[in-house]
Amino acid sequence: MQSFNIVVYVFAAIIVASAALVAFSRNLVYSAFALLFTFFGVAGIYVMLSADFLAAVQLLIYVGGILVLIIFAVMLTHRISDVEISNQSLRPAQGALILIGIMAVLLGVIFKTQWSLEGQLEYQATTALIGDLLLKKYLLPFEIVSVLLLAALMGAAVIVRKEVRGEQSGGKS
Amino acid sequence: MVGLNHFLVLSAILFSLGVYVVVSRRNAVAILMGVELILNSASINFVAFSHYTTSSMGGQMFAIFVIVLAAAESVVALAIVLSIYQQFRTIDADEASTLRE
Repeated sequence: MQSFNIVVYVFAAIIVASAALVAFSRNLVYSAFALLFTFFGVAGIYVMLSADFLAAVQLLIYVGGILVLIIFAVMLTHRISDVEISNQSLRPAQGALILIGIMAVLLGVIFKTQWSLEGQLEYQATTALIGDLLLKKYLLPFEIVSVLLLAALMGAAVIVRKEVRGEQSGGKS
Repeated sequence: MVGLNHFLVLSAILFSLGVYVVVSRRNAVAILMGVELILNSASINFVAFSHYTTSSMGGQMFAIFVIVLAAAESVVALAIVLSIYQQFRTIDADEASTLRE
């Protein structure tokens, strides 16, 4: 149990430190790479919460997909020369006020509520269980999400393609 | 002993840092990073409640759907960011203030 606590604290420290770096770093590229460590830490927390399949999905989709997309977007849209200017914080004082306010409210709720700690999931391989649930209880959300993914794919392609065509015609005229 | 509260506090910290990023950053890609932080904190909450307060897998299923939605959201948002960049030559969320070309 002692080692469990230590591992959870280590992952929590990684998450908080790298998320703070995402929030307060002046350099957008540093923020993007700090986000990598946040996602790794969250995957570790999933393992500690008996969600092994979810941890693998987190690594595959967040680190392998979303983060790579974000870094691509940073590199494509970002003039490295004016890193300092293009990532400056707007209204940091008001932002800090909101941060402290939200954290105070959330911590108050967390410590005031008596959570009913009924059953605990035991540590087991969850992949088969999740596959079973996806094809039985959660079949409708599963199908809807697959249609949504197709729509997002087509939408992204259409958005980017239209702009290129508009720019070409603008260049000719 | 690490319990439910520890994970809830962790996700509260992550959530408020994400809101700070969304509120204070001017760069559209940085705002998107803040949204990802918020979604991750929500997933941690789902999984923590699923682990400690029920003996069902419902929270983990929700977290899977959250991850799928995050992927779809970031694809569309980055497409919009790239097309804003082609139009305005900047991704400052304050500069890109018109919908027309």
